Amino acid sequence: MELIKLTIDNRAVEVEKGTTVFHAAKKLGIEIPTLCYMNLADLNIEHKPGGCRVCVVEVEGRRNLAPSCATECNEGMVVKTNSMRVLNSRRTVLELILSDHPFDCLICAKSGYCDLQNMAIKMGVRSIPYQGEKSTYKPDFSPAIIREMDKCIMCRRCETMCNDFQTVGVLSGINRGFEAVVAPAFERDLDHSECTYCGQCVAVCPTGALTEVDHTPQVIRALADPTKTVVVQTAPAVRAALGEEFGLEPGTLVTGKLAAALRRLGFDYVFDTDFAADLTIMEEGSELLDRLGRFLGGDKSVKLPMLTSCCPGWVNFFEYNFPDMLDVPSTARSPQQMFGSIAKSYFADKIAVDRKEMVVVSIMPCVAKKFEASREEFKVDGNPDVDFSISTRELAALIKGANIDFNTLPDEDFDKPLGESTGAGVIFGVTGGVIEAAVRTAYELHTKKTLEKVDFKQLRGLEGIRSASVDFDGVEIKIGIAHGLGNARKLLEDIKAGKSEFHAIEIMACPSGCIGGGGQPLHHGDSSILKARSKAIYTEDELKVLRKSHENPYIIKLYDEFLGKPMSEKAHHLLHTHYFARKLKHIDID
Amino acid sequence: MTSVKLKLKENDVKKIQEICKSFNNEPGELINVLHKTQEYFGYLPAEVQEEVAEGLGISVAKVYGVVTFYSFFTMLPKGRYPISVCTGTACYVRGAEKVLDEFKRILKVAVGETTPDGKYSITCLRCVGACGLAPVVMVGDKTYGRVTTDGVKDILKEYENE
Amino acid sequence: MAKFKTHMLVCGGTGCRASASDVLYENLKKEVKEKGLENDVQVVTTGCFGFCEQGPIVKMIPDNTFYVGVQPKDAADIVAEHALKGRKVDRLLYKDPVKKEHVPDSKHMGFYKKQIRIALRNCGLIDPENVNEYLAADGYEALGKVLLEMTPEEAIQIVIDSGLRGRGGGGFPTGVKWKIAQGVKGAQKYVVCNADEGDPGAFMDRSILEGDPHTVLEAMAINGYCIGATKGLIYIRAEYPLAIHRLKVAIAQAREYGLLGEDILGSGYNFDIELRYGAGAFVCGEETALIHSMEGHRGEPTFKPPFPAESGYLGMPTNVNNVETYANIPVIFNKGAKWFASIGTEKSKGTKVFALAGKINNVGLIEVPMGITLREVIFEIGGGIKGGKKFKAVQTGGPSGGCLTEKHLDTPIDYDNLIASGSMMGSGGMIVMDEDDCMVSVAKFYLDFTVEESCGKCSPCRIGNKRLYEILEKITKGHGAMDDLDKLRNLSNVIKDTSLCGLGQTSPNPVLSTLDNFYDEYLAHITEGKCFASQCKDLIKYEIIPENCVGCTACARNCPVNCISGERKQIHLIDQSLCIKCGACMEKCKFNAVTII
Repeated sequence: MELIKLTIDNRAVEVEKGTTVFHAAKKLGIEIPTLCYMNLADLNIEHKPGGCRVCVVEVEGRRNLAPSCATECNEGMVVKTNSMRVLNSRRTVLELILSDHPFDCLICAKSGYCDLQNMAIKMGVRSIPYQGEKSTYKPDFSPAIIREMDKCIMCRRCETMCNDFQTVGVLSGINRGFEAVVAPAFERDLDHSECTYCGQCVAVCPTGALTEVDHTPQVIRALADPTKTVVVQTAPAVRAALGEEFGLEPGTLVTGKLAAALRRLGFDYVFDTDFAADLTIMEEGSELLDRLGRFLGGDKSVKLPMLTSCCPGWVNFFEYNFPDMLDVPSTARSPQQMFGSIAKSYFADKIAVDRKEMVVVSIMPCVAKKFEASREEFKVDGNPDVDFSISTRELAALIKGANIDFNTLPDEDFDKPLGESTGAGVIFGVTGGVIEAAVRTAYELHTKKTLEKVDFKQLRGLEGIRSASVDFDGVEIKIGIAHGLGNARKLLEDIKAGKSEFHAIEIMACPSGCIGGGGQPLHHGDSSILKARSKAIYTEDELKVLRKSHENPYIIKLYDEFLGKPMSEKAHHLLHTHYFARKLKHIDID
Repeated sequence: MTSVKLKLKENDVKKIQEICKSFNNEPGELINVLHKTQEYFGYLPAEVQEEVAEGLGISVAKVYGVVTFYSFFTMLPKGRYPISVCTGTACYVRGAEKVLDEFKRILKVAVGETTPDGKYSITCLRCVGACGLAPVVMVGDKTYGRVTTDGVKDILKEYENE
Repeated sequence: MAKFKTHMLVCGGTGCRASASDVLYENLKKEVKEKGLENDVQVVTTGCFGFCEQGPIVKMIPDNTFYVGVQPKDAADIVAEHALKGRKVDRLLYKDPVKKEHVPDSKHMGFYKKQIRIALRNCGLIDPENVNEYLAADGYEALGKVLLEMTPEEAIQIVIDSGLRGRGGGGFPTGVKWKIAQGVKGAQKYVVCNADEGDPGAFMDRSILEGDPHTVLEAMAINGYCIGATKGLIYIRAEYPLAIHRLKVAIAQAREYGLLGEDILGSGYNFDIELRYGAGAFVCGEETALIHSMEGHRGEPTFKPPFPAESGYLGMPTNVNNVETYANIPVIFNKGAKWFASIGTEKSKGTKVFALAGKINNVGLIEVPMGITLREVIFEIGGGIKGGKKFKAVQTGGPSGGCLTEKHLDTPIDYDNLIASGSMMGSGGMIVMDEDDCMVSVAKFYLDFTVEESCGKCSPCRIGNKRLYEILEKITKGHGAMDDLDKLRNLSNVIKDTSLCGLGQTSPNPVLSTLDNFYDEYLAHITEGKCFASQCKDLIKYEIIPENCVGCTACARNCPVNCISGERKQIHLIDQSLCIKCGACMEKCKFNAVTII
């Protein structure tokens, strides 16, 4: 490895060849500000368009200023990050960006979390000398994501996520010059595009240009309505990230405080989506065993590999992009929808409440869940199984708005029966978790033996595409895992071409799985946060007494009392779904 | 970009597919494909861009992003007599702006627009390389040199009865 | 060309074609045939002669008679008189504007006297659609010499020794560029000719491609051999149909003659060329943007390094040069690096082609040795300012350049001097302005262009140029304030300092150079609400001088908005609230009764 010596702000530093000035400065503790640069190193996502020009620095011997994010260090380089020339340029560029930005910061969804706002604070901007025309666009309200492109600063991070990482291809830079902006084709609204609502654009947007639809007002209204029984479920990834909104270290588990906060907000029943995750394993695991059994028995019509179906972004993706492969994914509904379905049938019966008087709220790390909850097939007589889905961020806002001092809350438990879960349900929140949970159950159901070692380390990790095999007592089960829709696409193309060797594949739309979801606290491009969340999830799993879904006593009870057995007719009716080919053509739209 | 809708007929779709195929359905040939397609349809409405995207296996957003980047591509049909006023520097200093204003005033359309009857459209172009004749106006393939504001009426008169 | 006694060269460049030179060509052929002169007189369509101001041009060889403003109907006279009887048609000869005499041939024309034609050597001399004519003019000799007698290293050294620098604007030494590209390993390398001439007011590349396409093909093949590339691409504006046509013809002919394709001239070297079309984006003149455009993307530039030489088209090592640069290459090999380096100044060798336009008598395409002064170009070659007006400024370098003034007239033109004067060489547009041009408006014109052509990728160029334009507009409308001048300057400096590519890094030059050289004009707009050139509509008023008005009604009849009232033989009056300041009244008034205040 070649080392390079250079000087930054009169301090010597030695870095590996190929290091950029931005990172070399970081090594010295100098944080050069930037608005467009993004580096999720472990996920192979580096976005350095060199577009915002806020990170410019002075390099001795160079005619103009250099963007530190894209300029590689050279031997003997002399760099200044805070000369008058740099500071004046940086401030002027920031003032220019602000001159084309709305000033409704007080009521902006990103207020307090906005990189642009933070930078204006940091630089002490007090006036905008360069006034002129501002870009204006029609706001776009989709079922899950809001686009207010007046606030776009053309960092293009969303475009990179949508195209390079997710290969969804809904967003592109359009027009040029002052009119340039990022938009779907023909500047249609997102719900007239093939957007999967994965929310990764929202997760990386530095300003309020891309935000999630806010459902907290509806939740507050439901909570205030004495005629409604309000039931809440919370997804596994939420407990590993919510603390960040309250200043806790990334990776702090706040499961107990979360339950306490929800109770203080006034929810009548505080349940856990992890319960439904266990239920998903029962159904999906059984479906896998069924397909495998038929396949090994020589049934050529059976579709293998079977793909998981708990990620709504992924479901949208294959409905748009692989309409001829709709029979490949499992028919099992996602945990959110299984929960809603059971809550409004089994549980509603139990507490003798009409489903129309019950409001199911879900707390999700996700924005696609909002869309999923609104799907017609998940409604009974127009009444949705899940009434409102709110993100981790929205929940944090609810808690703050209700004067709840989150950090001093006691640890409380979830309510029974839909609040009990196993470690298998918890790991749904991270890439590889669903399939690991499925393996724990499928192994025991198939081999009828007790699994001694429940940790399948070979299924874990952050590689975009992973493969592993698990020995099912002599039968080798080959498993594929992908997170990120671009990686998923590769596996799908293999299946289409008949080249896939897998029996089962887990797919999550977001980087690192739900912990990196579009509804989570913003990671601002810091992948160490995602790693910390992942670690927290596995810790929660290890702390659980029960770690296999089929051992969850309330799941057993649910089948005994209500569903019969996995994949029974009733289970099919309540817990499974079907998919639709949704390829769009202009002609279909208007 | 404002646009006009076009209902594609079966042979239109076939034509686009042929064009894509003639470039080996290679995504890198997008701009060449768009040139050929615009040559055929006269403009690039959304429906056409969708077919091109499908033909080359790329996203419609990407096609739209390229179409809106280059000034040569248009989503609006041009008039039967497309008027292009050169606004290169040589023509500018010899009064092209006044000539352009006069066309806009008489035809009551802005640059990039087409008259409601579909007869004329006005665009600006950058230097046709006939600076000796500045200011230069083109109507279709015909070039008019040393155009004055008065001359605008005379040019339009030529097309009055057509 | 030996068997004919007389050759009639008819300019087939875009300018002359626009004045029906194609019909003229047909008429000449018809006349020649009717007079039975087919074996004595050859009529040839050539590329641009450069003297576009007075086109269409017909030149007679061997006596160099130079006919200007030739109409299709003049064909009969030229054939009957000149070809048949050997008598010059006086009325078609170029008339010296000073001496008011007819000039017998091109050698005596001021326009050509100081020119040295290297890049344009064949333009206006050979039929661009006939490879044999190019071959007869030493065509492909350089390629043969390089392929059969030289190693790539030797050939590159010659280009380095010649001192040739990129003619597209940057002025990077061409030989050094080749050497870098040669040193990079790649499975497939590319040679790219940048023919996306987008400078508003420049048409030199177009003229070369239309007048001498083979010279570009030959140079690209030499370039390919030197760096180890087997594929060449020409990125050309789709708005150049004639140039595209001639390139296609030339490529086909070169392939047919074994000058392109496999095993060129038996050397074992393979090289072929394809065309790629631009689609109207000035920023694609920047090489990384050009490459993205060729790959089918939005033409947005990317940060360098990596340079195209390391990672260019499809990620492969790519060398990009512009048309004019290539047009110099064959001559350098034919006549030697030393010869080439003997022309020009110490750091800028050879010649430069300029598109001379604006308020000048001889608009046209000229090629002059580096080191010539602006005075020589404007007043000797260009024949001075049109209509006897006063010279005010000359703009070089297009939207990236600046406005130079009287005090720069004796500066020798080369890359470094122009930059030192606050302008730049650019691709070679040279626009002359007179006292009727408002320099604030000129700066605004260029900013309007930049705002429209900015790709929008980086903030300073996307928003900063827009703000520059808005401030300039404010000033031209009479709403400027003194601190606007500070804003213009700071903004300009920051945009130059922080923009991603050459477009933004140079776009404020028109503002800075006019601020430097015409500060008093800015001041007059701001503090007195005055536009010296009477160009800014919001700062002027048309009024009728009662003493001069005879009531002829000419102004009222010609007013497009009917804002002039007055009976016949009565003094007329302009309604200022309706006036659009088009100036038609002033133009039409024969009695000097309309004035601007």
